[in-house]
Amino acid sequence: MARRRTIVTDYLARVEGEGAMTVKLVGDKVEHVELRIFEPPRFFEAFLRGRSFLESPDITARICGICPVAYQTSAVNAMESLCGVEVPEPIRQLRRLLYFGEWIESHALHVYMLHAPDFLGYESAIELARDAPAAVERGLALKRTGNDVMTLVGGREIHPINVRVGGFYRTPSKRELRTLAAPLERALEAARETVRWTAGFEFPERTVECDLVALAQPDAYAIENGRIVSSGGLDLAPAEYEEHFEELHVERSNALQSQLRGGGTYLCGPLARYTLASDRLSPGAREAAAAAGLGSECRDPFRSIVVRSVELVHACEESLRLIEAYEEPDAPFVEVEPVAGTGYGVSEAPRGLLYHRYRIDAEGTILEAKIVPPTSQNQLAIEDDLRDVVTRNTSLDDDALRGLCEQTIRNYDPCISCATHFLELDVERK
Amino acid sequence: MSGHTIVIGVGNALRGDDAAGVEVVERLRDRVPPGVVVAACDEEPSRLIEAWAGADAVVLVDTVASGARVGTLHRFDAGETPIPARVLRSSTHAIGLAETIELARALGKLPPRVVVYGIEGASFAAGAPLTPAVEESVGRLVETILGDLEEVACTSAP
Repeated sequence: MARRRTIVTDYLARVEGEGAMTVKLVGDKVEHVELRIFEPPRFFEAFLRGRSFLESPDITARICGICPVAYQTSAVNAMESLCGVEVPEPIRQLRRLLYFGEWIESHALHVYMLHAPDFLGYESAIELARDAPAAVERGLALKRTGNDVMTLVGGREIHPINVRVGGFYRTPSKRELRTLAAPLERALEAARETVRWTAGFEFPERTVECDLVALAQPDAYAIENGRIVSSGGLDLAPAEYEEHFEELHVERSNALQSQLRGGGTYLCGPLARYTLASDRLSPGAREAAAAAGLGSECRDPFRSIVVRSVELVHACEESLRLIEAYEEPDAPFVEVEPVAGTGYGVSEAPRGLLYHRYRIDAEGTILEAKIVPPTSQNQLAIEDDLRDVVTRNTSLDDDALRGLCEQTIRNYDPCISCATHFLELDVERK
Repeated sequence: MSGHTIVIGVGNALRGDDAAGVEVVERLRDRVPPGVVVAACDEEPSRLIEAWAGADAVVLVDTVASGARVGTLHRFDAGETPIPARVLRSSTHAIGLAETIELARALGKLPPRVVVYGIEGASFAAGAPLTPAVEESVGRLVETILGDLEEVACTSAP
């Protein structure tokens, strides 16, 4: 009779928020794989009803302490597109800078504190710090620079308060922004070193075959807005998102899971962005990627750590360029008058596509809100990958298999706090 | 500056009882002996490590959710040994106070004396005031820390 094993991780470490994993095996056959996400549902979509459309960036920023700028940006994009406002170019560039601060902070945290210990055989960043203090200090300094960008442009580092529909409450002077140049130059060098460091890790060979979905802009590596494109050939305006993607509620999880309408798993985030637009990275990021041995595409979830590192180079280099080119706008924001109807907003959170839809009335009161964070879009892809990884590694003992499963999950940098509408790891072997 | 003592209140002032640490340092600000630095800080690790750089002693005040009665004061001496990580309210920002202390210890950037006070909180709702039992403990802790600081001043006097 086939041996039944269950491998369980009750509390997944080094992910944002609380979740668990269960894998059930009968002999060499994987019977069941699931990610459970058990932060309590957060009801943000309901909180938004009855509030002013102008409050959407500040309320939704509270969904996540790691990627508030993503929420703010998708929210203002939705409101501005509905109300027929296009913000002036300096405002748009300042939004990009603020958003790069968030990418730097989030990616540095994930690469150094959450993900690198997996590749180097440490339980935590604290153990890593004892053996490789210089690396961990480099990571902390990078993260700090991201925080500093967010503090200066966003008003404060966690839950920035300076973003509003139509622009900013206050825009920085050229002189203020210039103070970021020296730390960003150091961060750029640290980011290049991060690529060299992570490229030297050992990677199991993995390829994910699902559709990849990311935002695209013709002449930039999209971050603050764009069209939704996929490796399967989709090219959509934000308003067309729900015609092609749907959310399903799964009982075990407080998160909704997304799929391509009619079935089909897809992945968003660094691998999708890189594979769909690596040609639009900054010159230094392209150079670092080439030196790290990344081709023009990367579908290997383990190598996502190298892709995030390349994105760190891009974020630092682009931030420096934006600071250099910055001209103070005539006014910090443009007035936005409410227009009754439905607005759609997208942006590239560190973990991937973040979609917002709002219906508002003529007074600007929010009647309905829908928010689809990247982690809930990625959950099916993570479970598929987990199933495949377990299937290929059933000869491992429980501890080794659990470790590999946890690493597989962390490859995706899941942000469970965001996805909770929504992890622990249970590998159960029967 | 080196050889000083710093008292750091950690927490989010806008999240109910999570404001307790910040409230403690606010009340200490005008009452601490000369040479003692008082600061409020979020849990950003490099910012905390930078805040206590060069200090001989750091007193950290944070809100705790350990399941004890609301308002309970916890005291941990973290200069030598780690504090039980699960006692401090776990952060959604991946690196909480307990982890930052251990990270700093691993990096050789922890002051020799580290005292962590935790006030057991009950409500962490956005915009909520301190619950009365926490408010009372904040008052008590301010006096306790002033007592500690006096002791430090006496013992380190020439």
